[in-house]
Amino acid sequence: MSKYLLKRLVLSVVTVWAVITITFALMHSIPGDPFKSESKMPPQVYQNLLSQYGLDKPVTEQYVIYLGNLLQGDLGASMKSRVETVNDMVERGFPVSAQLGAQALLIAIVFGPALGSLAALYQNKFPDYLSMIIAIIGISVPSFIMGTVLIQFVARNVGFFPIGGWGTWQHSLLPSFALALMPLATMARLMRSSMLEVLGQDYIKTAKSKGIKKSAVILKHAVRNAILPVISILGTTISNLLVGSFVIEKIFGIPGLGRFFVQSISNRDYTLIMGTTIFYAIILIIMLFIVDVAYMFIDPRIKLVKEGR
Amino acid sequence: MEKILEIKNLAVSFKTFFGEVEAVRNISFDVGKKETVAVVGESGCGKSVTANSVMQLLPMPPAFFKTGEIIFKGEDLLKKSENEMQKIRGNHIGMIFQDPMTSLNPTMKVGSQIVEGLVKHQKVSREEAKKKAIEMLKLVSVPQPEKRIDQYPHEFSGGMRQRVMIALAMISNPDLLIADEPTTALDVTVQAQILDLMKELQDKLDMSIILITHDLGVVADMSDRVVVMYAGQIVEQGLTEEIFDNTSHPYTKKLLASVPRLDMKRDETLVSIEGTPPDLYIPPKGCAFYDRCDFAMKVCKDNMPEFTHHSQTHASRCWLSHPMAKGVKGSEK
Ligand SMILES: Nc1ncnc2c1ncn2[C@@H]1O[C@H](COP(=O)(O)OP(=O)(O)O)[C@@H](O)[C@H]1O
Ligand code: SF4
Ligand SMILES: [Mg+2]
Repeated sequence: MSKYLLKRLVLSVVTVWAVITITFALMHSIPGDPFKSESKMPPQVYQNLLSQYGLDKPVTEQYVIYLGNLLQGDLGASMKSRVETVNDMVERGFPVSAQLGAQALLIAIVFGPALGSLAALYQNKFPDYLSMIIAIIGISVPSFIMGTVLIQFVARNVGFFPIGGWGTWQHSLLPSFALALMPLATMARLMRSSMLEVLGQDYIKTAKSKGIKKSAVILKHAVRNAILPVISILGTTISNLLVGSFVIEKIFGIPGLGRFFVQSISNRDYTLIMGTTIFYAIILIIMLFIVDVAYMFIDPRIKLVKEGR
Repeated sequence: MEKILEIKNLAVSFKTFFGEVEAVRNISFDVGKKETVAVVGESGCGKSVTANSVMQLLPMPPAFFKTGEIIFKGEDLLKKSENEMQKIRGNHIGMIFQDPMTSLNPTMKVGSQIVEGLVKHQKVSREEAKKKAIEMLKLVSVPQPEKRIDQYPHEFSGGMRQRVMIALAMISNPDLLIADEPTTALDVTVQAQILDLMKELQDKLDMSIILITHDLGVVADMSDRVVVMYAGQIVEQGLTEEIFDNTSHPYTKKLLASVPRLDMKRDETLVSIEGTPPDLYIPPKGCAFYDRCDFAMKVCKDNMPEFTHHSQTHASRCWLSHPMAKGVKGSEK
């Protein structure tokens, strides 16, 4: 098993490096540079700016310098903000985004499989129809519409929920829910079909034949197996949450990393774009790694296959 | 002999979109203490439905009981609540299934699966449960039981898994073991081992067995009595010798002819039974075997034959055994 983990780790590092290189190459192949847009800049000032950010050096040299800085954890200086480095912005924005993402994930993981299980246990009855209506809404309504609807109809009418911004836990409820709905719905549907399949399996009958309680049959035998496919899409879910958070942060005016990222693109702030992209990539790869390892521990059959290699 | 189980006039149907499937039609048989009763018949004739009726494991709906009683140790199981049945399942009646590859939970350690029922029924501690799991695996001859209890089903072969299933079903020392085609999915050599194991455990633990199979070959040295089912009915039942040596029903004769025997001559061919059992949506009014029977007579088509008793223990449901039909040999269809 440790051999597999090591292989997986090396692969992750290579992926991060590839993301860095591709981002770097893309940024430097876009025509123009961050300072061109500011018109009527004296040529001397323009040259000074370029050399201050090292943009006058050959591209290969810039690349090596950038990689070296990254290795020391330095994401570089922002090209637009005179007071904050990219590191400062990440440090400021990430905890906010992480809290939003974690809350949304928690909501999705708790309610998605629960809703799906309920639907399967009451197949073609009221709880099934209700869960699947929720799931269809969750899947077909994009989060930015859901966010707007929540602000318009919930936040504006119920004083308990602030309309936007960040600070108290009340601030985080609506955006977390808006962000969670899509993965929640996906998980509910997956869990429903997986649960229906498991409930028809022979080992469920074996479990019943032991005379154990119905709740034990459902929790220890059915849910425990039916949840495996849901766990296997957790990686995709997490990356969807990351992307979804850009939009949600913008709608709810949340000072998270996603907002910096969106801003950096409209501002042509190259170092900030690269910095946040690479940071996101690293976070995502770490998450996928954790999900993979967790899956190995939850499904005993996987472990053996990998060990056998 | 003292009876442990008496099935009286049991009828079970399924409500489906296309209508009612009469899966089991008024069957009656009993099982004595320490006795092995084989229930044989082609696939689809209602054997599993009968077994699951005893355990009350049928999905309801669509299944429902039309008539009948299932008297286990003097009490009618059909009158019991789900809670009361839970105290009987896995405790007084154990069950093993056809496919050992799918009847164990793939994500649960084998030891925990074996003792789960015992922990519920007898409230034993973890330590005792573990000891008991090892003891049971030893009993069913799984090597290295101390190591094996912490493994998962995929680390076991088919035969070993069926041994685990037997250990699981017998852990509470049940009075009755229902084995629904326990060897059908196994290799021939492994089949014999599993049957031997069941017999050995039966002697040790004094239990009764209902052995369900579609293969009369496995019945001969296992069972005391045989119940032959066809299209949801019992068509013949009797002591094993009576069924083999004094076969009465044409269906049983065909079943016997389709069993490979060691004393068979090289050029003797195995006959498989032509045709298929009738649709149970609208079961035939007369003898269910009419379409496939070599001896069918006019009377068979629309008139249901009643049981004719050949001895205290042996009876069959066929017009040929009727006093008026004595001497009829061939088909007059
Ligand atoms: N869930 C179900 N719904 C409808 N019909 C069923 C169901 N389960 C079994 N049956 C019907 O009951 C009959 C007997 O099935 P079964 O007892 O499983 O046969 P076998 O003798 O092979 O074990 C079959 O004709 C089958 O179609
Ligand atoms: S009753 Fe008639 S059709 Fe049925 S088995 Fe006997 S002879 Fe054949
Ligand atoms: Mg069956």
